[in-house]
Amino acid sequence: LAHGAGGKATHTLIEAVFLEAFRNPLLEPLADGAVTDGLAITTDSYVVKPLFFPGGDIGDLAVNGTVNDLAMCGATPRHLTASFILEEGLPIADLRRITASMAAAAHAAGVHIVTGDTKVVENGKADGCYITTAGIGALDRGATLSAASVTPGDAVIVSGPIGDHGMTIMLARGELDLEAHLTSDTAPLHDLTGRLLAACGDGVRCLRDATRGGVATVLNEIAAASRTCVVLDENAVPVRPQVRGACELLGIDPLYVACEGRMVAVVAPHRADAALDALRSHPLGTDAALIGRAGDDPPGLVLLKTCFGGTRIVDLLVGDPLPRIC
Amino acid sequence: MSSGEVAGRGGGPARVRIRVEGIVQGVGFRPYVHALARRLALSGWVGNDGRGVFIEAEGAAEDVARFQRELPGQAPPLAVIDRISVTAIPVLGERRERGFGIVPSRDGGRRTLVSPDVATCADCLVELFDASCRRHRHPFVNCTNCGPRFTIVRDVPYDRAATTMASFAMCGACAAEYGDPGDRRFHAQPVCCPRCGPVLRLLDGRGREVAGDPVAGAVAVLRSGGVVAVKGLGGYHLAVDATDAGAVAALRSRKRREDKPFAVVVADVAAARRLCVVGGEAERLLVSPARPIVVLPRHAEAAPGSPVVAEGVAPGEGRLGVMLPYTPVHHLLAAELARPYVLTSGNVSDEPIVHRDGEAVERLGALVEAFLVHDREIYARAEDSVVVVAGGREIPVRRSRGYAPLPVRLARPARRAVLACGAELKSTFCLVRGERAFLSPHVGDLESYETLLSFVEGIAHFRRLFGVDPRVVAHDPHPEYLSSKYALELEGVDLVAVQHHHAHVASCLAEAGEVGPVIGVAFDGTGFGGDGTLWGGEVLVADLEGFTRVAHLGAVPMPGGAAAVRQPWRMAAAYLDAAFGGTPPRGLAVRERNAGLWDRVVAVARSGVGSPLTSSAGRLFDAVAAIVGVRDGVTFEGQAAAGLEGWADPAEGGAYAARVEAGPALVIRGDDLVRAVVADVLDGVDGSVVSARFHNGLAAAAVAACALVREGAVPGGAGSGLGTVALSGGVFQNGLLLSRVVGGLEERGFRVLTHRRVPPNDGGISLGQAAVAAARDAAGPP
Ligand SMILES: [Fe+3]
Ligand SMILES: [Mg+2]
Ligand SMILES: [Zn+2]
Ligand SMILES: [Zn+2]
Repeated sequence: LAHGAGGKATHTLIEAVFLEAFRNPLLEPLADGAVTDGLAITTDSYVVKPLFFPGGDIGDLAVNGTVNDLAMCGATPRHLTASFILEEGLPIADLRRITASMAAAAHAAGVHIVTGDTKVVENGKADGCYITTAGIGALDRGATLSAASVTPGDAVIVSGPIGDHGMTIMLARGELDLEAHLTSDTAPLHDLTGRLLAACGDGVRCLRDATRGGVATVLNEIAAASRTCVVLDENAVPVRPQVRGACELLGIDPLYVACEGRMVAVVAPHRADAALDALRSHPLGTDAALIGRAGDDPPGLVLLKTCFGGTRIVDLLVGDPLPRIC
Repeated sequence: MSSGEVAGRGGGPARVRIRVEGIVQGVGFRPYVHALARRLALSGWVGNDGRGVFIEAEGAAEDVARFQRELPGQAPPLAVIDRISVTAIPVLGERRERGFGIVPSRDGGRRTLVSPDVATCADCLVELFDASCRRHRHPFVNCTNCGPRFTIVRDVPYDRAATTMASFAMCGACAAEYGDPGDRRFHAQPVCCPRCGPVLRLLDGRGREVAGDPVAGAVAVLRSGGVVAVKGLGGYHLAVDATDAGAVAALRSRKRREDKPFAVVVADVAAARRLCVVGGEAERLLVSPARPIVVLPRHAEAAPGSPVVAEGVAPGEGRLGVMLPYTPVHHLLAAELARPYVLTSGNVSDEPIVHRDGEAVERLGALVEAFLVHDREIYARAEDSVVVVAGGREIPVRRSRGYAPLPVRLARPARRAVLACGAELKSTFCLVRGERAFLSPHVGDLESYETLLSFVEGIAHFRRLFGVDPRVVAHDPHPEYLSSKYALELEGVDLVAVQHHHAHVASCLAEAGEVGPVIGVAFDGTGFGGDGTLWGGEVLVADLEGFTRVAHLGAVPMPGGAAAVRQPWRMAAAYLDAAFGGTPPRGLAVRERNAGLWDRVVAVARSGVGSPLTSSAGRLFDAVAAIVGVRDGVTFEGQAAAGLEGWADPAEGGAYAARVEAGPALVIRGDDLVRAVVADVLDGVDGSVVSARFHNGLAAAAVAACALVREGAVPGGAGSGLGTVALSGGVFQNGLLLSRVVGGLEERGFRVLTHRRVPPNDGGISLGQAAVAAARDAAGPP
């Protein structure tokens, strides 16, 4: 079993094993959550090293991540469940810190944690603490969001600068001995999506939070599901200078770096301006940007118009990026 | 070639049936056979079919025997005979045909070979400049011995109707030449003249026609410092006056090409000599029908009165890529401009060369003042080929126009048809049917979408042209190469992953027609190793089917992965940290020049984050180039290493010592070389001496590793007793290193194989993959 950084290997695994075993119409689109009977339902597990990092900890992530998965379905989050796998020896103070930030995040997102479970495993069996949360949300509007509904001409928008979370985590591991004033972007996005959907209604085709594998992976999934070609403008992609600097140092493309409080919104062409206005009116979307368009050829690919006038293929990564230069 | 002499020596009549295979169509082979048969008073016929040329000939037994003997010897210059088979058949005697004739083509499947494009021949050149000739200044003059081939062929058999000349109806005079076996233009498919052929036109940057003589108009634009897009054989080029610094600078900025050298066209060898040192082998290559760009050493000082090529053509380079004109249009431009002109691919940055008329104005319009175009369509792309000469030997750097699609003959034929998808940069692909490996022209760097598209279209065209339906598909195991992903998505084929450096060594074996085992030295940038590290300084014991890694350079981190390739100083940082246990000596200029990021890059290297380990020889060159002060950053592949080679004083005989340590595989201690470099640099030894000692030292270590392998020093005895070494990988484009390694190996009694026909760089990978896949398939399931 290969390790999954959110790339092609994970994809193949999901399709070959899980979809094969569980196949049903709700699971089929392999979206972040499922919508049924007026409810959105989702679940996610959180594994992060280190547990605490600038701008948040595993507790915030576990709440915000699941809240965001519901928000990406177009739902208003209602209730969460939380399940903990704790490693023997985890300081109780750390656990308190985690639960406190979970409570604060839940409060901020207007949800309650209504049930849960705890298991303690032997020392060395879990990296301190793993958390699984599930959530349900209410769908109070008719709009159905799906990657498959994206059509040529649609506008591709990100809600803010990308890569903050992933770069923060990488630096927080301390292996690099680097000083960079970076904090995670972890945040609940349901309020932002609410504002966007209120402003654009049916004009919103699809919402995706750009977590593992970053914006590049999300866009590849959208291009594949809709059989469109997503064409990005390199100059338009917002990246903070500190993130760009760290990415350059490490030779990493920010398009593949995880975010925990940023989303990709694809909207109908005539709603693009309204969508940008709506997003920018919210504190979590002040730096929202139009980064590209869906086209028709070649279907299923993501292309980047580079500053040099070339066209680079932004492919789904198979695993950890390795240089391709001979 | 197998040519059994069938007819006896007796005085009676004899009749034979002869089949000739190879490149024997469209090269004047039938008229040649016709003339030979008539001279010997034979009767019979000659014709083309899908497999090549068929002949029946009858006459006095000794004349028939002579016919067989002489047939291969005086074949036309462009013919490449793979095989001649002869069968004795019953004589017709009284019933025999009157005289010897050329019979119509028979279509028998798609198995014929397509010739590469050929530079304008001497006879056509005389006509081009002869005011009394009807083809005087005709931009499309050609004959059976020259002219466009591969780039205008849509399909086989090679007939005018299957080329982009199909839309031009021959006039009476041309038709007469075409039909006359005694004429140089007998069955020359692209034959034409000013009355019936394509028309040259001059357009402005927006595609509007400019009145007047198009060549004179284009020359005027060049003289005024403008950029002209010239439609050539395999695509559009951009041309400027090479002596005009402003024009060269404008071309660089419009094309977004920072400092990768441009090639220049000069009228003839004498003109090339005014710019560069032209040795015997270089001259042979310059005037060869393939007309590649030959990379030549420049004169230290320009000869008085000779043209001065602008510094921006090849900034900071001691060498210059020079090419002689290869189409009538290029000849006319050279003659009428009367000074060297830059000719570079018509594209932006690293995209494929533009070759379709519809795209030209759209994609190049903003780059040029004028277009020199015509209405003969280019069907297949082919960029200019590039060769360097080192130690009197030819090293192909880019194999394209003039060479492709000439097949390489494999020593071990394929059981089932093979497609090999190549690597990622300098990509090519290769199709194999039987013993013939058809290597594509240079495709380019696959990460651009346009290039990937031309890769996919190129494969489709080759499959049709050579009638190959691949059942076995070879690819690089690198999971992120777009060529690997392309292969993995094909259905109904058997996939064969061929390790990158095994493919390098196999390509060297394949072009030599050998199967191994040999000791293979593969020195390149990086390739997927399969053990989580990137390889590139490898000694393998290999045959076509498999390999064992017997020695390699010690591995160091590549801080920031691809960023370390773009910034050689990062490799210096990584090597210095490794070579001096974390505390390199103070006072190194490379560290001072990069002080801002130095410590962070060292931290990245130590952390391993985004920093794969590599045993690459190319990265060792990068590190040394940065330490010596050649350059800290590169804008094109191999720039730092080539710069370091350029600095080296070939007269310096000293060599740094590097240990070759025992282990599961031998380890060549590159860090020893780095420490020696640092010591000399700090002592103030001149860069030319340091560079030479480094080259000599690395060469000596590679030779020592090969000798140890032969002596049985590798655990398990892999390679023990082997006497042949194959050298491959892009680092062996370095003429100095190649000469030193070859010299050292030969001194120790090794037989050495080097690349002569395909590039040692990744442009040759697909041939190696194909040879390996074919050999494994022939060996059957394990
Ligand atoms: Fe290579
Ligand atoms: Mg999620
Ligand atoms: Zn000719
Ligand atoms: Zn004519």
